[in-house]
Amino acid sequence: MFLPVTLQLLMGFWESLKIFLLTLAFALPLGLVICFGSMSRFFPLKKLTRGFVWIIRGTPLMLQLIIIFYGPGLMFGLPAMPRFTATIVAFVINYACYFSEIYRGGIESIPRGQYEAGQVLGMTKGQIFYRVVLLQVIKRVLAPMSNEIITLVKDTSLARIIGIYEIIWAGEAFIKKGLIWPLFYTGVFYLVFNGLLTILFGYLEKKLDYFRS
Amino acid sequence: MAILEVKGLKKHFGETDVLKGVSFSLEQGQVLAIIGSSGSGKTTLLRCLNFLETADEGEVLVDGKCLTGRQLTEGEIRQNRLHFGLVFQNFNLFPQYTVLENITLAPKLLKQGTEQENRDKALALLDKVGLRQKKDAYPHQLSGGQQQRVAIARALALNPQILCFDEPTSALDPELTGEVLRVIRGLKDKNNTMIVVTHEMEFAKSVADVVIYMADGVIEEMGTPEEVFDHPKSEKTRAFIGGVQQVF
Repeated sequence: MFLPVTLQLLMGFWESLKIFLLTLAFALPLGLVICFGSMSRFFPLKKLTRGFVWIIRGTPLMLQLIIIFYGPGLMFGLPAMPRFTATIVAFVINYACYFSEIYRGGIESIPRGQYEAGQVLGMTKGQIFYRVVLLQVIKRVLAPMSNEIITLVKDTSLARIIGIYEIIWAGEAFIKKGLIWPLFYTGVFYLVFNGLLTILFGYLEKKLDYFRS
Repeated sequence: MAILEVKGLKKHFGETDVLKGVSFSLEQGQVLAIIGSSGSGKTTLLRCLNFLETADEGEVLVDGKCLTGRQLTEGEIRQNRLHFGLVFQNFNLFPQYTVLENITLAPKLLKQGTEQENRDKALALLDKVGLRQKKDAYPHQLSGGQQQRVAIARALALNPQILCFDEPTSALDPELTGEVLRVIRGLKDKNNTMIVVTHEMEFAKSVADVVIYMADGVIEEMGTPEEVFDHPKSEKTRAFIGGVQQVF
């Protein structure tokens, strides 16, 4: 039984992994855009962005998944997106909002003196951000980001609500055949993958250990 | 001609008038010490000169060229800043760069000189502040006094015409102030024009050519160290200097 179960679970895990990787690929940069919006000196943009972040962070991702998948059809008569696309859209929006708040916290924690030191040395705003501030921000957001990214790994299981065959669904299917151990086995997948991520983040943190900020 | 001329500088924050019309001029190679109690506007004056704040009114002229007076673009502000250097109270070194990189970063970004020239110059400046052996250290590995000396070298790397110090020893433990003050004293020559906001009265007295005592956003008294410290004309100045001396 072990081999067929493993193959089934691997299929499910591949779906989970795709959601994870695509969400990261889009949400990491989109988060920065949202972050700049929420820090904008243009008041309406700032309020609008913060309102949006409030809604996304204040409601369950599961609800967002359902609305993004069924909403366009039921509300406006539009053709539904493919399930997988809807999943990625929902995950990216949701995670970009969380990331944006982590980025904002990181950027705002950099002392004003760092910007001013760059200014009196004749640097441009872009130079100050990329050459002075950015690495300090990355160092500061690494721990909260690793938290959020590990949560994302586990959140991918929510996608089953709109019919994505992810790993827990794959494991649960074996209950009908009277097998419970495949469910525990899915847990092993999560543990191993998150273990690898933890090692990766530990490595990055060590890499940036050479300075204090 | 005066290297720096400040005319009627005014600045307010909300309801508070921090600078109420400050005017003075400085000759090439002079050292100006600005003293006064906290809240008197000393730091704001320095920040206006370095364009970290925009003055509401008044003019700043360097070498006879007016830097203020109209809406400036960001590029113009950046150009104007390069006439001045500023050493901060809290050093504000860039923590992710070594001592050497801290000094060469701005010249590199401003495309001044080749990499080798910038490096040689930085090393020469480190000799000047006595920290060549620390060139590869990171800021957190240095004492406060050493960090401030690096900050001075970093400011000098851009050859500012006027170098400003904003209470350079106020964030330091007492035993570390000496090394920083010695470095500043060592910079005094006909090429370095300096403005030092300080609470170190003995230092101001011995190094400055001109002393300004500020109170409530105006220059209450200005003159040579002897005039201001030993024969103050104004009642307020007398009270301030008397008060400071009583502490010791």
